[in-house]
Amino acid sequence: MRSLHLLRMEGAGFVPPSTNDFNLPPVFSNNPYTTKPVLLVFLSVIVVSIFFIMASRKAAIVPSRLQFAGEKIYEFVRNDVARDNIGHEFMRFVPYLFTLFTFVLTNNIFGIVPLLQFPAMSHVSFPYVLAIFTFIVFHYVGIRKQGIGKYLKDIMFMPGVPKAAYILLTPLELATFFIVRPLTLSLRLFANMFAGHLLLLVFILGGDHLLKGVIGLKLISPFAFAFGIGLTFFEFMVQCLQAYIFTLLTALYIAGALADEH
Amino acid sequence: MIRTINLAAENANPLIPHTAELIVGAIAFTLLFLVLRRAVVPMFEKGFAARTEAIQGGIERAEKAQAEAQRALAQYTEQLLKAREESQTMREEARSQGVAIVEELRAKAQEEAARITASAHASIEAERQQAITSLRNEVGAIAVELASKIVGEALDDQARQSRIVDRFLDDLESSK
Repeated sequence: MRSLHLLRMEGAGFVPPSTNDFNLPPVFSNNPYTTKPVLLVFLSVIVVSIFFIMASRKAAIVPSRLQFAGEKIYEFVRNDVARDNIGHEFMRFVPYLFTLFTFVLTNNIFGIVPLLQFPAMSHVSFPYVLAIFTFIVFHYVGIRKQGIGKYLKDIMFMPGVPKAAYILLTPLELATFFIVRPLTLSLRLFANMFAGHLLLLVFILGGDHLLKGVIGLKLISPFAFAFGIGLTFFEFMVQCLQAYIFTLLTALYIAGALADEH
Repeated sequence: MIRTINLAAENANPLIPHTAELIVGAIAFTLLFLVLRRAVVPMFEKGFAARTEAIQGGIERAEKAQAEAQRALAQYTEQLLKAREESQTMREEARSQGVAIVEELRAKAQEEAARITASAHASIEAERQQAITSLRNEVGAIAVELASKIVGEALDDQARQSRIVDRFLDDLESSK
């Protein structure tokens, strides 16, 4: 799959990486369900499932290394994300938040795993889907908890605010809850993964191109590769951070919907 | 990063989602959610619960054992105290009983001694009386015989004899 990029480099002159580098053709015939991101997403489901099933299967009191590793990730989502933000009702949302975190994290990290090297979340469809799920979950939770009337009223007419302020606040609050939140949630993740991948492409492909140039350019090439490697570590950080932020914001939205006054 | 996004803007809009990917994303996420919720989360929770149980159970067991030990100690102390008290009262009782026994024995011994002394006195008195009586008879007979021999005159008459002897003895006693 990397050969695709290399193929493109055969021509004279450097073609900078663009959005076209994200439009990968289907692997098998012309089936749109066999593109690289689609296959990677399915792979992530298999990898995450197998890892956590293996890790949690024994549920031993004295954990093995594998169980310990799985537990640490689970505990992080359960305690630091869910419990600390949602409060006493947190356990209901742990499976969802845990899935969200592991799913996003794995697909993000695929961006720097050798041979895979493509973050599925840089295809905006996947963040959209996740944001829609989160949107549904937190509105559903809020409506279930407070009833649709009170829930909408609390959003539109924030209590404890002078009446005149509603002219400004009501449209803003409605926009926040129904448009801005899902949009920012998905676009933040998408844009980070997209930009990160593009950045890596620039340095790696650039380095590769420099290597084919005259002797002076060949000498510069290692610097481009070194930057590419350095940025790979930086990307790893961003990938983990974005998975965390997505999960954390979801937890905060749920917490807000559960609270009597947001 | 800003530069790269600008670069991207020249081509096909990356913000337009693909239908296939939307469907796949939804299915994949739901699948993973079901697997994790069904197989992973309960197991991890079970493990945590078991761990908490094990730690708490250990603490509880230790506390129980300690309480048991404390109770046993208290019981032993109490028993010891009771035993000591009991032995004290027993000793006290034994001492008083001993004193009583000694007292009783002494009383009995004194009584016995008194009785023995009394009976000795009585028998001595009886023997003395008997001795006096027999002595009186014998001395009388001897004296009469002696006197008759000396006087030469037989004093056969019993009544006269004893009268004479009595008079003689009375004289003897009065002259004493």
